[in-house]
This record gives sequence, C-alpha cells and structure tokens, in this order.
Amino acid sequence: MDFELTDDQRMLSETISRFVTDRYSFEERLTAMREPDGFSRAVWAELAGLGVLGLPFAEADGGFGGSGVDMMIIMEALGRGLLVEPFLATVILAGGALRLAASPAQKSARIASIIAGERIMALAHHEPDGPRHTVERLNCRAEPTATGWRLNGRKTAVIAGAAADELVVSARSERGVSLFLVDPALPGVSIRSHAGYDGIATAEIAFEDVGLDAQALIGEEGSGATVLTALFEEANAALCAEATGIMADTLDMTAEYLRTRNQFGVAIGTFQVLQHRAVDMLMQVELSRSMAMLAAISLARPAEERRCNIAAAKAKIGEAGRMVGQQAVQLHGAIGLTMEYKVGHAFKRLTAIDALFGNADHQLDMLADAGPLVPIG
Amino acid sequence: MNLDFTPEDLAFREDVRAFLKASLPDDLRAKMINRDHLGKADIVRWQRILNARGWAVPAWPVDDGGQPWSPTQRYIFQEEMALAHAPEGSPFNVNMIGPILCKFGTDAQKAKFLAATANIDIWWCQGFSEPGAGSDLAALKTSAVRDGDDYVLNGQKIWTTQAQHADWMFALVRTDASGRKQQGITFLLLDMKTPGITIRPIPSIDGISDLNEVFFDDVRVPVGNRIGEEGRGWDYAKHLLGHERSGIARIGLSKERLAQLRHLEGELGGSGRIDERERARLRRKLAEVEVELRALELTQLRVVAADAQGGGANSAASILKVKGTELQQRMTELVAELAGPAGIATPSHDATDHGDHGWEAAATPYYFTMRKVSIFGGSNEIQKNIIAKTILRL
Repeated sequence: MDFELTDDQRMLSETISRFVTDRYSFEERLTAMREPDGFSRAVWAELAGLGVLGLPFAEADGGFGGSGVDMMIIMEALGRGLLVEPFLATVILAGGALRLAASPAQKSARIASIIAGERIMALAHHEPDGPRHTVERLNCRAEPTATGWRLNGRKTAVIAGAAADELVVSARSERGVSLFLVDPALPGVSIRSHAGYDGIATAEIAFEDVGLDAQALIGEEGSGATVLTALFEEANAALCAEATGIMADTLDMTAEYLRTRNQFGVAIGTFQVLQHRAVDMLMQVELSRSMAMLAAISLARPAEERRCNIAAAKAKIGEAGRMVGQQAVQLHGAIGLTMEYKVGHAFKRLTAIDALFGNADHQLDMLADAGPLVPIG
Repeated sequence: MNLDFTPEDLAFREDVRAFLKASLPDDLRAKMINRDHLGKADIVRWQRILNARGWAVPAWPVDDGGQPWSPTQRYIFQEEMALAHAPEGSPFNVNMIGPILCKFGTDAQKAKFLAATANIDIWWCQGFSEPGAGSDLAALKTSAVRDGDDYVLNGQKIWTTQAQHADWMFALVRTDASGRKQQGITFLLLDMKTPGITIRPIPSIDGISDLNEVFFDDVRVPVGNRIGEEGRGWDYAKHLLGHERSGIARIGLSKERLAQLRHLEGELGGSGRIDERERARLRRKLAEVEVELRALELTQLRVVAADAQGGGANSAASILKVKGTELQQRMTELVAELAGPAGIATPSHDATDHGDHGWEAAATPYYFTMRKVSIFGGSNEIQKNIIAKTILRL
C-alpha cells in the first residue's frame, strides 16, 4: 500500500505543474481558443520540448514507457490549467490506437513525429446517429475493394478533428469493428470544425466513398472493439485525473472568493451555509482524487478488475464533477456565469468529461450488471 | 504507487482471520449478522476473548497493553473484525478513557484502571453532554467544588450511553466559571456507586433504553481521581480528536453490510419476494453505494499510508468521519427498505427475547439506531465547521 510518488514522478509533477503555472494562465487559454486550430501550436511545441508528448509510448518507439500514474500526474496538471491543447486526442486516443494495435511500420511512420509535436492526430469514433456510449454499434462502414477499403459514414465530436494531420476512424466491416488510418485530404472526406462548449475544438466529419489502401487498417480486421475498449479505459483514467485537477483548482478559486467577497459588511465565507457547501465540495475533491489514483493504478491490473475500478472511478468523478462545477458557479454568483471568468469554463469542461466515454449513469449500469468489485489488497 | 499489502501484512491478515474463525462464538456472529441489539454480557464476553489473545486494545502503547502494529495492520485488524461479524469493543473503554489514561494518567491511576479497562472488569460511561452543552460542549455547567481531598459534584449529564451498565464514569466538570469557557473544565473519574448519583433511562426510537440522564447531588469524588491538572480537562478531551485515524470511516463495517445486502438481493430475488424490476433497481443502488464505499476506502487507505509515513493528509482524514457515517447510514436504509412490512413488527429487548426472529425484525431498529452516528462524537455539522476553518480557512 503506497500512495507516494517516486523521485522521478515528483520531478515530472514539479516540471509540468511549473509549466502550467508559468505558461498557461487563464488569459493564455482564452488566446489559444481564438487560434485557427482552436489551440496554441506554440504551447504544443513546448509540451513536446518537455518530453510530455512521449510519455505513454514505448521506449522502443522513442517514448518513455510511462505508467498510468505518470499519466495521472500530467493530466491533473493539465486539468488545473484547463488546457485546450490536443493531448487527449493525439497522445492518448489516436496515439493509444497506434500503441495498442498498429504494425511496426505504421508506428515508425507516426509516433516519432507525434512525440516531436509535429503531428496532430485525432480519433473519429462517436457518431451523430448511433448510441452514445458504444464501441460496437456503429453505422460507419468499411467495405473491401480491390486495393483496400471504401469508407462511408459520419462522425461527430471528433476532438481536434480539423487540425489533425491524420485520423483514426472506427467503422464496421464484415468481421466487426475495425480501425483505419485516414488522411483527411483524401477525396470524399469533408470536415466541419467548431468549438465544443468546453472550449476544445471538435469536428463533424463525413466520409463519402473514401478510398483507402490496404495499409490503412490498424491491426487485424475486427479487432477494433477490443482496442477501443482498452483505449477508453485509458482515456477514462486520464479524464478522472484531469477532472480532479479541475475540481481542485475550482475549489481553490471558490474558497478564495468566499474569503474575499464582501456582502452585508462581511466576507461571505463567514456564512455557515456557504462554508458547509464549500466543505461538501472539498470532500468530493478528495474522494475524486482517491478514485483518480485507483483508476491510474488499475490500468496495470487484470482485465476485469481494471474495467470495473475505472468504471467506478468515472462514475464517482462524473457525479463529483457535476456537484463541484454547479456549486462553484452558485457560490460565485453571476460572475460564475460569465465567459471572462475561469470557473464557468471549468464547469463546462467537467460537464464534457462526464459525457465522454460513458457518463456516470452508464458506468453505474455496467457495475450493477458486473456485481461486486474485486477487493483491494 | 500501489494497492498491494506487503507479504508481512498479508501474513498478519491470515493470523487475524484464523483467530476470528476459531474464536468468535457462533451465537454472537449470528446476532451481528442480524444486527440484533448486543447486551452488556455479549460485549464483555467478546472483549475478554480478545483480551486473552492480547488484542483487546491494540492501539494503546505497547507498555500499557497495546500491540506494536503499524497503522496498516490496525486497519487490517478492524476490517477483518467487521468482515467476520465480530462485535466492536466498548468504545468508551477502548478508544476513549484508555488512551486518556495511557497519555495523562498517573502511575497509580494506570495501575488501578488500565488492565481492568482492557478486560471490561470496569465498564466505563462518558459524562460529557449536558442539557445546555451538546455541540457547544464547553458550555457545560456541572460544578465540582473542592472540599478538602474531594470535589463535590452537582449538576446533570445527559445522553449518557449505557450508564445503566457502568461501573465508572469519566466526566468533564466545571471547576472555574470565571474565565473563557474552555478553561476551568476538569477531567474526573467517578465511581458510579458513589452516593448522590441518580440514573434515569431515556427510551430511544430504536426501542432500546441505552441513553440516560445522570444527576449529581453532592457527589464526592476524591482529588486522586482527577486526570492531570485542574482546569485543563478540555485539552485532555481534545486529545481524543484525531487520536486514531486508521478506523474512523469504519470501512469494514460498511463492506460487511454491502455483502449482506448482496446476499439478501440474491435470496429475496431467488425466492420471488422481490420482482425483477425491484431487483434491478436494488442492484443499481448497490452499485452506487459500492462506488462511494470504494472512494472512501481509498481515502481511508491514503490516510493510513500517510500515518505509516509519519502523518499528513489531514484534508483527507477530515472527510472520513462525515462520509463514513453517511455511508453506514445509507446501508442501514437499504436493509430497512428490503425488510418492507415485515420490518414493522420489531423485537423487544427484554430478557425473554432470545433473538429467534428473522433479519427483518432488526432491520428498522438498526436503521433508527444508526442515525446516532452522525450526531455523536461531534455532529457532522460540527465536523464541517472544523473543516471549513482549518482547511478552507473560512
């Protein structure tokens, strides 16, 4: 039983925390959101310079072979800064698909440039006309042709989809769900970009008779659902850490506001009803931090234990994030509703985190079917 | 960062399990599974079995009868006790006056009381709350006036749990009313057989009469039964706060309840006493409490690990009592819901009741009983006041 960081992890934590504090003020976020890509290429290059983009990739591929706990450290810090840069999209999602399933040739053509910050990739999976939380029931189709595949269908909420140099697309083929590498410049690909409510750039993408060559397939045909399942567990563990960082930062801002905002001639933090609300928020932050740790550690556990612990963490953090976000806005009053103040942005990002890769309700339904969690220790 | 117990801790856990399997009497286990009310004899019997093994008061200093266990081992011990359906010892003996005596008692007081306290040869009750001093404990008024080698007590305590069984009381009394109210409080030990003490039971909503009023009418307490210095009782009482953090959230107890709920879900579902729709709803509720329980378990383990490293993580510790009690209460609610109408006919607790009723009969009294856990020992609202002040600086 050990919750301490190693010396290397402490260094990693200090490095990324210092970067976020020094380099990524809230004003920086607002500026990044106005960039053509919806994020700052300069910040992205600096994250590459810190080595952060290579963290989860294998050493053989030029990465650092980082653990779930290493990723937790990064994501919590990125959460505190509310970064809009495509770390989740490029490194965890699309990069994860490469890591988990791609051939050596596919990896060597891409991972080094991802790590260098020179290649943005995105995962196109969610569909506008399909179930919200699924890895399998897809309408997107890939049919075999003489030279490879023909892709048809629509994708929605593709994070960093418009900025991506290349997409990883999930589609049904004869043998189940498969993943394909797709160049967005190919004929038949149309992309409509817009900012998500959380300030992060997303895209709607349509594929109309898009011709792919045989090398576009990642891994075996029909292996996509298994890869996506593992990928979404990694993504959810990362989102739990990001949400914990956001909640901790939001609580700090709220407590500071309660200490300094005066009404009726006193700081409003002297009112017990507001104190207890803030304490309720604090408790949710601590419980969430515990669950983010559980999720990170569970990435290295056997499949069923990993699946259920991460589902439990995502369920807890979905609900905690809603509570902390809503109450932070409430305790701030009208200023919490404005675009000029960070708390409202944090609330919206927490809302998006619950919606991604299975919300709290979805996770609880899954756990209700799965039965008891594996005991700890 | 990992969640594995060390091989030493796992071996320790096996020892504890083997002992509990061999030593916990079947009738006590059955009562605990049903959540029947335990009488004094039940608690004393089990405490003496533990004491014979040296495990009645493990958190006390080793020289005073405790065990050299790590915080992790103390956590494991508590968890295994709960999972094996073993009763907890008397909290007044084990967790309250014992540690006070160990820390602040004179050699004579230790010699007189410690071994007897561990073995419950002396049953202690706690005389803190008064009609005008509940959450605002320092407002207590029971007066102790020095007269030669005695203090003479007059006043009243209330909500004194199991005073009817008690041989001795540890009490906070006022020896000086002139300064700040936290000053002038003195910590005394008094023999409940002393003339001038009257106990009046207060029946409570769970059908039990464990709560009492205790009246003092010129009760003489020898000065030698004072803990520490006169006027410093508040400091000694405060020592109990945060004294032992490895079991605050009572994770084992909630785990045992959750296992019981899962068992009932299967049994009642299998026999058709709850239909498929109720069963699905129950499973969903159990998933919700299990998520909360796991989050709290991890938080408790963070505190245990921090204590093993020499302290820290106070902000995590502060939530354990509040969230732990909320979760215990939620479990009892769910069992009471399952009992349904059969839970309305509750058992009596007189001597003729031998506990030969089903789990339903004890489910609702236990639900009512457990409302106390968010009230005693500093209500959850008081805990939140403390957290607001110390952690959030509000």
